Amino acid sequence: MAVMTYRDALNQALREEMSRDESVFLMGEEVAQYNGAYKVSRGLLDEFGPKRVVDTPIAELGFAGIGVGAAMVGLRPIVEFMTWNFALLALDQVVNAAAKMLYMSNGQFKMPIVFRGPNGAALQLAAQHSQAWESWLSHIPGLKVVAPGTPADAKGLLKAAIRDDNPVIVLEGEMLYNTKGEVDEDPNLVIPIGKADLKREGEHCSIITYGKMVLVALQAADTLKKEGINVDVVDLRSTRPMDVEAIAKSVQKTNRAVVVEEGWEIAGIGAQIVDFIQRECFDDLDAPVVRVHQADVPMPYAKNLEKLAKPDAAKTIAAVKKVMYIE
Amino acid sequence: MAKKQSSAPAPAKAQASNAASADVALKKELLHSMLLQRRFEEKCAEAYALGKIGGFCHLYIGQEAVATGVMSVLRPDDYVVTAYRDHGHALARGMSPRSIMAELFGRATGCAGGKGGSMHLFDKETNFLGGHGIVGGHIPLATGVGFAIKYRGGDQVCVCFFGEAAVNIGAFHEALNMASLWGLPVVYIIENNGYGMGTAIERAMAQRDVRKHGDSYAMDADSIYGQDVFAVREGIAKAVERARTEKRPTLIEIRTTRFMGHSMSDAASGTYRKKEELDEAMKYDPVVMLRDNMMKANELTEEEFAKMEEEIKAIVQDSWDFADASPEPAPEELYTHVLVDTTSDDLELANAGNTLEAVKA
Repeated sequence: MAVMTYRDALNQALREEMSRDESVFLMGEEVAQYNGAYKVSRGLLDEFGPKRVVDTPIAELGFAGIGVGAAMVGLRPIVEFMTWNFALLALDQVVNAAAKMLYMSNGQFKMPIVFRGPNGAALQLAAQHSQAWESWLSHIPGLKVVAPGTPADAKGLLKAAIRDDNPVIVLEGEMLYNTKGEVDEDPNLVIPIGKADLKREGEHCSIITYGKMVLVALQAADTLKKEGINVDVVDLRSTRPMDVEAIAKSVQKTNRAVVVEEGWEIAGIGAQIVDFIQRECFDDLDAPVVRVHQADVPMPYAKNLEKLAKPDAAKTIAAVKKVMYIE
Repeated sequence: MAKKQSSAPAPAKAQASNAASADVALKKELLHSMLLQRRFEEKCAEAYALGKIGGFCHLYIGQEAVATGVMSVLRPDDYVVTAYRDHGHALARGMSPRSIMAELFGRATGCAGGKGGSMHLFDKETNFLGGHGIVGGHIPLATGVGFAIKYRGGDQVCVCFFGEAAVNIGAFHEALNMASLWGLPVVYIIENNGYGMGTAIERAMAQRDVRKHGDSYAMDADSIYGQDVFAVREGIAKAVERARTEKRPTLIEIRTTRFMGHSMSDAASGTYRKKEELDEAMKYDPVVMLRDNMMKANELTEEEFAKMEEEIKAIVQDSWDFADASPEPAPEELYTHVLVDTTSDDLELANAGNTLEAVKA
């Protein structure tokens, strides 16, 4: 075990997988000479050379499609989007090409590709740079979507994504890159996609979340604990496939649930989770499930407004108290 | 350029001069390939009318010399990526007519198990990488195949077919820029039939001399008369050679005419295209021109041609019979091939050989 940042954990995953398999390469804007816009790819150009660490023009649609074509003939591309906001330009390649190739070709053409980059809001980046896209991406059959919240999960899930023969979306977080945690340095360790992790254990309520909101949920859990309220924090880690068994197990124990997500409310991941809970855990519930999410507005720039818009620990605590009928 | 760029202008004596070098056996093969596409698609139209083929169905009739000319200069280990008007390309590449017709009929024996349909023909055997339905969306894919070839140090080439209307799409420009910047072995083929669905090129494109886009990306470019299979062969051979030996991409406009509507749902002429314009263009039927020229040069007799027709008729009928008798995909196929249940670990464990090796030259 070693303590490292989320950024370094991702970097280690990239380095290990590129060393392990020469068909793995990284491409994207500023990944090589600049060492990555967020330094996730620091040092990789020196180690693997420009053939395998490829700087691209600012052309998301084009280089995402180049990745898809390369994957069709057996390479294992890792396509970095500087942020998922820019990936909207490339969604045709992600959705119409990567996600469907195996099905349309009746299994003839596999798609071992990873699309990764920071998702969601950082600080005061305003409306076009502060968006969480997991519900869009998780909607698509043929994709897998992971959203690690800790350095250990970041490393293990990125490695799993690179080794997977399907297109995998890796949603990182700008605000997560500097966070630290213990990471297993065993290069053979991968974290299976689609498996949740119980980050805190408690009997009073389940907080179900993933990605950047794991830290928010943990913060809320720590505060609640001081008030004698113990919560389960179910970190889904993947939003597609989703570990619904872990959700059921927790809700059946606590009989109450709060779902925390970074994105907007309408058609969000939380809606999917709540749908599952009402179908599979209806008789277990002691209160309606409450969702915590971004306000239904484009992200404002002003600091105070941005804070109002974002889901946070205080809102999560309030939601837990609501489902526990605590005034 | 002629005032109307949409129909392919006739070449000055192009046929006679270019044809001189090709031997008779080859010419017969080319004629066979083109005639097979023609008769196969005439049968498709019949099947569509009977409801045996559903959905969108875009026929290639009139453009056959392009597919045949291009495929005839490729190696089996080269790659082909195309758009949704793909039956002709698939046949000319050597895919089985049975598997194509069965795919169109939505049957389990189709080249994509009935899951792809007319617009999504795929065949790993012949390196036929689809069959793509979003205009221009496959141009970056072909570029990625070129990237992979270069990555492995192979000497294959990837050819990418698309219509002139795809030139208006961003994917075209992004892909060409990177292909030229990185020196990728890709031949980009614009089949310019003058119409993006029902919109004439004059109504959609400011720069109608599409080869000039090559200049924007420091890429060699050419324009070829597409109704003459030998002109196509000659122009494409140069581009393929450039890709194979120099790792340089080429942009090639091939001027052609589609004799049918955009799809089975619109008439060949009468709405967006005048009947007179189509009638004039149809005087340059690539199949008829090649046949007539061969007959004039005493390279093909009436009897030989009749025999070829009979043989092709039998192949096409056989593909129909095969498709018609084939089962529909089993209901459980609905959920297969959404995801693969493997990882690179499994591949290593099974010692299955990395796909990297499998496609190496």
